[in-house]
Amino acid sequence: MRPLKFVPDNTNIAFLSYRWWALGLSILLLTGSIVLVAVNGLNWGIDFVGGQSIRVTFQKPVNMGELRTRLEGMEVGDVVIQQMTDPKVVSIRIPLDGEATNPIGKCMGQGVGKDGASDDSNSIASKVRGELVSAYPGVDIGAVNSVSGKVGCELFSTGSMALALAMLGISLFIWFRFEWQFGVGALVTLFHDVVLTFGFFALTRLTFDLNVIAAILTIIGYSLNDTIVIYDRIRENLRKYRKMEIEPILNLSVNETLSRTVTTSMSLVITLAILLFVGPDTIFGFTASMLLGIVIGTFSSFYISAPVLIWLNVKSDSFLQPDASKAGAERIGESFPDKK
Amino acid sequence: MLDFPRWKVWLVIVATAMGIVAAIPSMLPEAMRNQLPGWLKNTHINLGLDLSGGSHLLLEADTADVRKQQIERMEETIRTEMRRASPRIDISDISTANGALSFMPRNPAQLDQAVDVARQQTNGVGIGGQRDWNVTVRDSTRIVMTPTEAGVNYEIDSALETARNVVAKRIDPEGTKEITVVRQGADRILVQVPGLQDPEGLKRLLGKTAKLEFKLVDLNADPAEVAAGRAPAGSQILPLQEGGKIAVKRRVMVSGDELNDARQDFDPQSGNPVVSIRFNNAGGRKFGRVTAENVGKPFAIILDNVVISAPNINEPILGGSAQISGNFTVESGNELAISLRSGKLPVALKVIEESSVSAELGQDSIEKGVLAGILATLALVIYMILTYFRFGVYTTIALFVNALLVLGLMSIFNATLTLPGIAGFVLTIGAAVDANVLINERIREELRRGRQTMQAVEFGYKEASTAIFDANITNVISAVILFWFGSGPIKGFAVVLALGIATSVFTGVTFTRLLVSQYLQRNRPKTLNL
Repeated sequence: MRPLKFVPDNTNIAFLSYRWWALGLSILLLTGSIVLVAVNGLNWGIDFVGGQSIRVTFQKPVNMGELRTRLEGMEVGDVVIQQMTDPKVVSIRIPLDGEATNPIGKCMGQGVGKDGASDDSNSIASKVRGELVSAYPGVDIGAVNSVSGKVGCELFSTGSMALALAMLGISLFIWFRFEWQFGVGALVTLFHDVVLTFGFFALTRLTFDLNVIAAILTIIGYSLNDTIVIYDRIRENLRKYRKMEIEPILNLSVNETLSRTVTTSMSLVITLAILLFVGPDTIFGFTASMLLGIVIGTFSSFYISAPVLIWLNVKSDSFLQPDASKAGAERIGESFPDKK
Repeated sequence: MLDFPRWKVWLVIVATAMGIVAAIPSMLPEAMRNQLPGWLKNTHINLGLDLSGGSHLLLEADTADVRKQQIERMEETIRTEMRRASPRIDISDISTANGALSFMPRNPAQLDQAVDVARQQTNGVGIGGQRDWNVTVRDSTRIVMTPTEAGVNYEIDSALETARNVVAKRIDPEGTKEITVVRQGADRILVQVPGLQDPEGLKRLLGKTAKLEFKLVDLNADPAEVAAGRAPAGSQILPLQEGGKIAVKRRVMVSGDELNDARQDFDPQSGNPVVSIRFNNAGGRKFGRVTAENVGKPFAIILDNVVISAPNINEPILGGSAQISGNFTVESGNELAISLRSGKLPVALKVIEESSVSAELGQDSIEKGVLAGILATLALVIYMILTYFRFGVYTTIALFVNALLVLGLMSIFNATLTLPGIAGFVLTIGAAVDANVLINERIREELRRGRQTMQAVEFGYKEASTAIFDANITNVISAVILFWFGSGPIKGFAVVLALGIATSVFTGVTFTRLLVSQYLQRNRPKTLNL
């Protein structure tokens, strides 16, 4: 019996010769994402815009139209009603102010610290709760969340800050461990992945809440995981084959790590798919974005991180200090006796 | 590289065993856990509110109110102290506008003396020896007292600390429930009550500052002036609970600070719910004296600056107890009694964030999360064994040890497991797999290059380690940032992720290497089926 292998041994696929096509695809996807976010906007969760969210489990599948009419009749503001995968479960969201559902304009334009009508919004939650309990006997109010406008703005700014800092921190680390070109490559890759994830949320209208920020940060971590494994191999090969052109070195490195990339991505996809379909629906958006992130991350580590090195003119002597080149060469020679 | 010194073998075994032992209490039902010895009993994972069910409130103190109170108190002190000074200083034109207290001595010759008296009222705060008030003289006639930044912060800090204690006492008078009441930032208090599904009652309880005061009604006030909101000197206009306004003397005769006890009761005559209060010794004496001196006059009972009732004093009340009546239900009477017992909040609190999760939903999340975790692990085990055979089995063992270690470390740190935390846990398994995949693939590669078994394994571990290290550092960076900035559930995710990265590097690199080296040394295989 032979071990299971999805990738044959010693592949030699010229990944990098498709880099212009891939770049075209990336630009297309990036533009699409930006347009989608600009036109559609994101479906902001109340974490960021302030307001109420209520998760309700009815005794039997509920008539959505009737529920909508009932809630709109209460005049509590714009009501967003969503049925979950289980038709008995409904999520109701009531953002704070109907028109200011975009935290970017709201928090930056008017200055952080402006207080939303929080007392007012608290009583809205109890009003809706009371209405549901009396109209649908036996209903279970699973979760109630209410966030004031001020806290929403704070969560929004700390969330954005966390994202920016993580991208910067990781890129700096890579610059420190490798070379500046690699750091730039990582930053571009991260930017690419994050923008596409935003596009995904604009497209699917999945709720963009605090959990999604955690998901994006994890996506960043894993996308970089792939990138680093390939970079690590590129560094190794750059030292090993100092006469080789950069493009063949990149191709060789991607091919050598291909089997690992496929195996790891497969295991993550399996794990996340199970979490998506079996796990609790409260983290559906979180898991879905993570799954997408794995795919984007794998693509970008091949076609963004690696080609950036060509475009930034990385040479095979990038890793040799001018004065220490001799000592370095000896050391490398020793670790690879078969290449002597 | 593959030969382990004996001490290292033992280190790995002991570390693994300790992690596993620490993980055990968290997997036992609570009743069984309580029978364990002390240190093991307390080593367990806490469930976040999203899993256990319960309510979470974030309260924000009105810091502007604290500043206002600080100035008002100083105004009171200055009035008294200037009067007491010898020779007595008459002051006029007192202003509390623009966040400062200012006044003028009537006799300009007393300016220096007044400044001295004012300076004596300030205190040092903090380690820098800074004063809490700045005293300056403007136009050589007016004394201006401004609270310093340090002084204001000290006031806010002590108000919040008192408020935190009062909140804890109100929610849980006996101090037996597992509630969390902690300060967050400079002006916030976080309240978490596991098991509480509807926080409305809680919000009502915390929404009142419960400042109880007894003041005399100003009988000389002109009703027309009162209706227009203009108070005579020494009096103030307050709203009545049943509507309308009333003028009362500014001076507080007795206050809720001097209470010993308060409970909901019924009026013996009407049978309506009332709140019975009992004063402490000093309060009782004061109350007795005031009622004795003012028989026949109405006495205003004021709660949070609203006059609840203003009954006539029929006779001196000397026993030190009294009744507050005014449209109470049993429930609202009870809430007031609890609030009075716990003392007044030094500052008004506002709910700025609230969430509650029912126990059913929490239980459902746990069940589905655990099921997903088991299925994912099972699928990965099959995949790994089919891919790497013997090395896949080692990977599997490493995965289980990894899972137990994460649980063990979380138990030792008493970490909180949240729903995103479960997702983080599942992802940790992914990270653990990746470390093994990197190593195994590298061994395969080295074998293909024609290396001997031993050498290939050795190189596999050595070369893969840098990639594993670099790749995991990036995850650590995002975990740290998440922990720094995240709130509640997100923090839970970051904790699991960070612990999981540490343990997965340990199990993936060190632990499996131990297993593999044992195998290689015992069997000395010529080839590896990898």
